[in-house]
Amino acid sequence: MSFAIAGSLDEALAALAVGARPIAGGTDLVVGARQGKAPLPASLVAIDRLDELAHIESRDRGIRIGAMVTHSQLMIDQMIVSGYTALADAAALVGSPSTRNIGTLGGNVMNASPAMDTGAPLMVLGAVAQLRSARGSRTVELSDLWTGPGQTSAETEELCVAIDLPPRPARSGSAYVRLEYRRAMEIAIVGAAASVTLADDGTILGGAVALSAVAPTIIEVDDAGALMTGHLPDAAAAAVATAASDVARPISDLRASDTYRRHTVGVMAARAVDAAARRAAGEEIGVPVNRAIGVGASR
Amino acid sequence: MTEPITLTVNGLDYPVDVDMGRNLLSVLRTEIGLTGTKEGCDDSECGACMVLLDDQPVNSCSYLALQAEGKSVTTIEGVMPADGLHAIQRSLLEEGGVQCGFCTPGIIMSTRALLDGNPSPSEEEIRIGLSGNLCRCTGYAKILAAVIRTASDN
Ligand SMILES: Cc1cc2nc3c(=O)[nH]c(=O)nc-3n(C[C@H](O)[C@H](O)[C@H](O)COP(=O)(O)OP(=O)(O)OC[C@H]3O[C@@H](n4cnc5c(N)ncnc54)[C@H](O)[C@@H]3O)c2cc1C
Repeated sequence: MSFAIAGSLDEALAALAVGARPIAGGTDLVVGARQGKAPLPASLVAIDRLDELAHIESRDRGIRIGAMVTHSQLMIDQMIVSGYTALADAAALVGSPSTRNIGTLGGNVMNASPAMDTGAPLMVLGAVAQLRSARGSRTVELSDLWTGPGQTSAETEELCVAIDLPPRPARSGSAYVRLEYRRAMEIAIVGAAASVTLADDGTILGGAVALSAVAPTIIEVDDAGALMTGHLPDAAAAAVATAASDVARPISDLRASDTYRRHTVGVMAARAVDAAARRAAGEEIGVPVNRAIGVGASR
Repeated sequence: MTEPITLTVNGLDYPVDVDMGRNLLSVLRTEIGLTGTKEGCDDSECGACMVLLDDQPVNSCSYLALQAEGKSVTTIEGVMPADGLHAIQRSLLEEGGVQCGFCTPGIIMSTRALLDGNPSPSEEEIRIGLSGNLCRCTGYAKILAAVIRTASDN
């Protein structure tokens, strides 16, 4: 058993190279170990003090979000709220203030839960993960990163250092909507994110839709862009609802049956398209959409 | 294997020996003797174990004690004045926001963090600020009233 607090990124990468597992906020790792899901790794390196990974920065092409950025930071950051709103919607729904204060974006992405809230937004916004090890760096598409529930294609010695997002087109908007039974401390029953760009005549120029909690990983609705293009948002939302229910491969568990999940993910997808299109048209809808327009649990 | 570390709790340094898997809550209660922080669900759901870590609320049941080294921990004992009551405690008493009292330390810690960051929160902001704290007695209305009262007394 060993525990070290990394003082620098190089120290963290050196620890990973000899078998340590990273711990950021520990809200998945420690809670999972205490629930008996998986024992605590024998060797841990704490990465939560790597300040260089705790920033959101604007770059030549888009923005870079450090892996240690917390949900609390994401939900109020001006660049995220104004340009990458679906991600702010998701961060604002995570757990409670205490979960959001220490839970990180890197932890959410690398924990790879099929019900993770930031996953579908990141996918529709075109995010890629930056992985680094003592031996080098690489960029990975999210669809290649998540390989199954709790599984990623990252090597054990690789740390996720950042998530990169491309610039947003003009007249675009995004939203993430989750079905929930209560308003806090909830795991998505199902969830859907949409990104939409509007043409001058109000029809949809292009976009993307991704779903949470209906498959072993977050999945994209591949034909969503084609289905929406050329249509007004209402018609686009209806088409996407059907396509989302069709691609969903949900499980039945204590919280919902597969039939219910399959149906409701279509409803959430339509609401996400609607909210994204309204934002694209310039309407101010507060973060998270769930609270602003009551699309999840109501009071 | 235990590791000797120093935890800074309510402004004082405590040398303690802890196992890697040991949670902050149990070290606070059994090594340091600060039993005001409670263990409820032991799963980060109920908020009875809430403490502040560098002024932000954290569920101490699910936080590794080793990871708190070098950070400043505040418990309910660090919020109470030497004598008398803190304003949040007084409002909770006056509004009837305390029944069995088990959730109260956690409620106070979340309220403290909320009001430090936002001295005049809206009702919605208070609900969100306390969304990680369960109370099985009061039905929350009186707790909400107490937080509103604390904020308006400030
Ligand atoms: C009460 C509660 C409520 C929650 N509610 C939600 C919710 O509503 N929505 C939601 O999506 N999640 C929720 N979660 C899950 C969790 O809080 C999030 O997934 C959080 O973002 C995890 O971040 P962390 O920093 O705590 O990760 P950790 O627990 O530290 O790490 C998680 C995993 O990722 C690995 N890891 C962490 N950082 C990196 C990195 N940079 N590179 C490589 N690997 C890394 C760790 O080794 C570990 O395997 C909840 C958890 C709790 C306890």
